[in-house]
Amino acid sequence: MTLNLNPNFSEAGKRYFNAYAPGDDFYEMLLTAHRDLSDEQSELLNARLILLLANHIGDIGTLREALTIAREGV
Amino acid sequence: MLKTYTYPKFEYRTPPEIASGQTLKVPVVVVGAGPVGLGAALDLQLQDVPVLVLDEDDTVSIGSRGVCYAKRALEILDRYGVGDAVCSKGVSWNVGRTFFREQEVYNFNLVPETDHHRPGMVNLQQYYLEEYLAARAASLPQIELRWRNKVVSVAQTGQTVTLKVETEDGFYIVEADWLIAADGARSPIRRMLDLEIDGKVFMDRFLIADVVMKADFPSERWFWFDPPFHPGQSVLLHKQTDSVFRIDFQLGWHADPEEAKKPEHVLPRIKAMLGAFDGTAREFELEWVSVYTFQCRRMGRFNHGRVLFVGDAAHQVSPFGARGANSGLQDADNLGWKLKLVIDGKAPAALLDSYSEERIFAADENLVNSTRSTDFITPKSKVSKTFRNAVLGMAKEYAFGRALVNSGRLSVPAFLIASSLNSPDEAGDTFAGRMLPGAPMDDAPVLDNGDEGWLLNKVGNRFFALYFADDPESLDAATVAGLSGLSFDGIAVQPLVISRKPGIVPGGIPVLEDLRGIAALRYDAKRGTVYLLRPDQHVAARWRTFDAAKVKVAVARATCNA
Repeated sequence: MTLNLNPNFSEAGKRYFNAYAPGDDFYEMLLTAHRDLSDEQSELLNARLILLLANHIGDIGTLREALTIAREGV
Repeated sequence: MLKTYTYPKFEYRTPPEIASGQTLKVPVVVVGAGPVGLGAALDLQLQDVPVLVLDEDDTVSIGSRGVCYAKRALEILDRYGVGDAVCSKGVSWNVGRTFFREQEVYNFNLVPETDHHRPGMVNLQQYYLEEYLAARAASLPQIELRWRNKVVSVAQTGQTVTLKVETEDGFYIVEADWLIAADGARSPIRRMLDLEIDGKVFMDRFLIADVVMKADFPSERWFWFDPPFHPGQSVLLHKQTDSVFRIDFQLGWHADPEEAKKPEHVLPRIKAMLGAFDGTAREFELEWVSVYTFQCRRMGRFNHGRVLFVGDAAHQVSPFGARGANSGLQDADNLGWKLKLVIDGKAPAALLDSYSEERIFAADENLVNSTRSTDFITPKSKVSKTFRNAVLGMAKEYAFGRALVNSGRLSVPAFLIASSLNSPDEAGDTFAGRMLPGAPMDDAPVLDNGDEGWLLNKVGNRFFALYFADDPESLDAATVAGLSGLSFDGIAVQPLVISRKPGIVPGGIPVLEDLRGIAALRYDAKRGTVYLLRPDQHVAARWRTFDAAKVKVAVARATCNA
């Protein structure tokens, strides 16, 4: 598996009439999850989320690629 | 300040009711002669309903205000008779540049999809649109415009709405069967009827300026996140007509609006911005400047007895995405034909509930999209700013990042797929594409008696049955007879054959030639496919085979007569 860097969001059973909609759905969900949290709590939420998603992806090669790109821009 | 535009002054005339003391009785009164009120009046005039329009002012909108008119609004304006004026005066743009701090992170070229009459959007100052709509309305005998006529009280009984109207010469009374409230965000009608509108104020202020460029400047949209000349905020530059550019500066909540508006504060900001892209100093003059805040809110329902709310009076969104005037025109589009059927006794008042339901669905979509844009453009917490900046930082190199950059999602019409007016597809009828029941119609080029035209200019204002054929001569007698006599309880359905080959259908049913098959492709039509189209150019129902009885049932459903 290689890291997918193209837009890739969708929800089963949902019909989209605009290409931006699924990505915007996710982004709103993400910000909603952080609502009313302190900075410290937000940091913890992000860490938990990364661990959950990393385990779901599982493939170490893909994760290595993602970590490399993420670090390049910091 | 420079003046590229001369504001018209509409003539006030003393209403005859002041001297006579008589009550003026009208079927419909529209309060507010902005784009949406005038649109509603023009829609009703197309339905042969006389309309009285009252407005407390006597000119058009001051300053550019609404800037972007999207494709669906342009198609509606075509029906209202001002689409050509708006499109020829307006400017189109395709290139957008997005900057983050010092860098351009990406640019896009919105090459429009071919074979549509109208582009995705045109930019035009709102005052031009209002001027064209007012001139159009004034030219029509069924519309009476009364300027400097201010409504000071309103009351409704089950049968009538009574308005007290103030002029410089005194008061008079209007009794209307229906009132359309198009009196804007602060809607005095809404307040006088003690009705609620719920939502939230965004804790932010924006400075907007109309600037006249002295030299050529690219016809592009520029959007800055956190630029060096205005740190921590966002800035948008948009091209309008007459070399006027519109610039929006985010100021933050704590800015003093009166201070911010002063030329000594505005001019250096603009100068820094115009030079920031390529270091070129550009000459400009300021034409208009204002500071605004905005709210995202809507009424719980848009119809209250005999009072119908449209546009900003009913719902308000943030300006990102140009969803204000564009959605207001769609309110008018949705309302006109329904009110006509109710006035004529051909549909129950419940049809007006569907106006409220369908436009609330659309308003909620607009609220969601404009709120998301607002949250991206003006992040309100540390973590949302971190995510926003992370997206912008990856946008240049990675496609998924670009897709998440949200500097405004331009107004597109709602797909009313959950509307109770739709008839679902029959089991066994399968269709590809997006023209499902509730969809706003896609346009397509057609030939009408050999003349080039557009599908959307051939339908609307009443129900149509669009019958797809390969060859008009091939329709059998039963189909022709069924199509010719289509109506439900006095609601006529106009048949229209759309065919790959030219020809004549016996019985005089009009034929459009789909010369390149684009209509058939967009509607996923096969020979014998039928679409029932609403007067507001939305799909109501469709079938793979024509059955007049089913069409009638669908018309009944689309008019709350089922």
